[in-house]
Amino acid sequence: MLDASFIISVLAMGGLGVFFAVFLSIAEKKFHVEEDPLVTKLLGALPNTNCGGCGYAGCAMLAEKLALKQVSINSCTAGGQAVADAIAGILGVGSMKAERILAVVLCRGGEAEAVKNAVYRGDKTCSAANLTGGEKGCAYSCIEYGDCVSACNYEAMAMDSNGLPVVFYDKCVGCGACARACPRDIIEMHPESRTLFVYCRNKDKGPVAKKLCKVACIACGLCVKDCKTQGGINLKDNLAVIDYELCPQDGEPIKRCPTTCILFGEEEKMTSEAFYSSTPKVAAGR
Amino acid sequence: MRVILIFISAAVINNFVLTYFLGICPFLGVSKRLDTAVNMGFATTFVMTLTAVITWLLNEYVIIKYNLPFLQTVSYIIAIAALVQFVEMFIKKSSPPLYRSLGIYLPLITTNCAVLGLALFASLREYSFIESVFFGVGTGVGFTLALVVMSGIREELDFAEVPKSLQGVPIALLIAGMLALAFMGFAGLLSV
Repeated sequence: MLDASFIISVLAMGGLGVFFAVFLSIAEKKFHVEEDPLVTKLLGALPNTNCGGCGYAGCAMLAEKLALKQVSINSCTAGGQAVADAIAGILGVGSMKAERILAVVLCRGGEAEAVKNAVYRGDKTCSAANLTGGEKGCAYSCIEYGDCVSACNYEAMAMDSNGLPVVFYDKCVGCGACARACPRDIIEMHPESRTLFVYCRNKDKGPVAKKLCKVACIACGLCVKDCKTQGGINLKDNLAVIDYELCPQDGEPIKRCPTTCILFGEEEKMTSEAFYSSTPKVAAGR
Repeated sequence: MRVILIFISAAVINNFVLTYFLGICPFLGVSKRLDTAVNMGFATTFVMTLTAVITWLLNEYVIIKYNLPFLQTVSYIIAIAALVQFVEMFIKKSSPPLYRSLGIYLPLITTNCAVLGLALFASLREYSFIESVFFGVGTGVGFTLALVVMSGIREELDFAEVPKSLQGVPIALLIAGMLALAFMGFAGLLSV
């Protein structure tokens, strides 16, 4: 037997539900907001991965900015040329070259090269290890726990057998998540056309740097002299810094580098296929 | 006269945020900038006033009439949720910048315990319709007041030298505590 109060309460709650449902659906009709169809269309053309590479909070916000024509059509670094063309088509403007931007790991002091002079037993993340200085003697080196690899949403990074992160140039979309994750700012975002890099961030004086790592920049200044353009490479804080506006992208400056920390076109070679076939089952990430 | 007393009591003396500690989430979350705080305060006041009306009607014509006191809380929650949905639509239509600046905190009014608390207090104290409305408005004004005072202080705080260990949330909580102490000074003003 059903209690009378049971039926009444079911009816009362059901009635309330129906009442509010009807009320809300009427309100929805009445207060319906026409969203700009252009924004929806642009959002469809974007990758919708919300990687943040463009600098806005998600693809929806970039779509809004694009619809208002406040940003250039090649703002989506992750989408590259294809997305830039699609956006140009939707907005009815001329196409624009979207240069690929790629992540570059500017440290080559792995297990074999860098001196370890401490033991770290804490949480195995770079951000945590960075607080205590990590295991390596070099305070500017890669910490090797792979925060960058975890940050990558495109499976475009892995840790190699030498303990350093590798960027797969076939997969990298240039969103910059790895560069933001790195507590030591070793990873930088560069346009694809740049091929000359100083793979070291050590700002110690030459002799100190040399003791800590075999491939450290010791600020000898040979690359500065070898660069064809005056001022193309400068020494700053005991570190060679390339001025990409001036320095021609060729192999000249690397010829006499005693520690081979400045390299030309080195990293382009790695793709995920090549990486995983040459070093099977290397712990990807941590 | 009684309605004015109820209004003042809800707004200042028994301020929901600083005396009952209800609605702390938006109090800490939306009090970083003054203009957002004012907007949030008005939106919440609007919801609270409507809530007071709707829940009074619900209480009078459904819950008391059919003797269903055990359904009070759940039916209030439904009513508040529906109302907030409505307010969201309304703001989205009438003021898109406000809609965007309120962001997640607008839907969060649904789960703002100050709103439910107001409805439950009003039924518990057996306020009449007019009294309920004044209670709702007063609570909303009190909430806005707390939010505005808090955001004003926090904006000034940007220029103050806060010890490193207290920066961010800790100092905000400390200020909230001090504000609550200050509001205790109103306790002897009058009693309803």
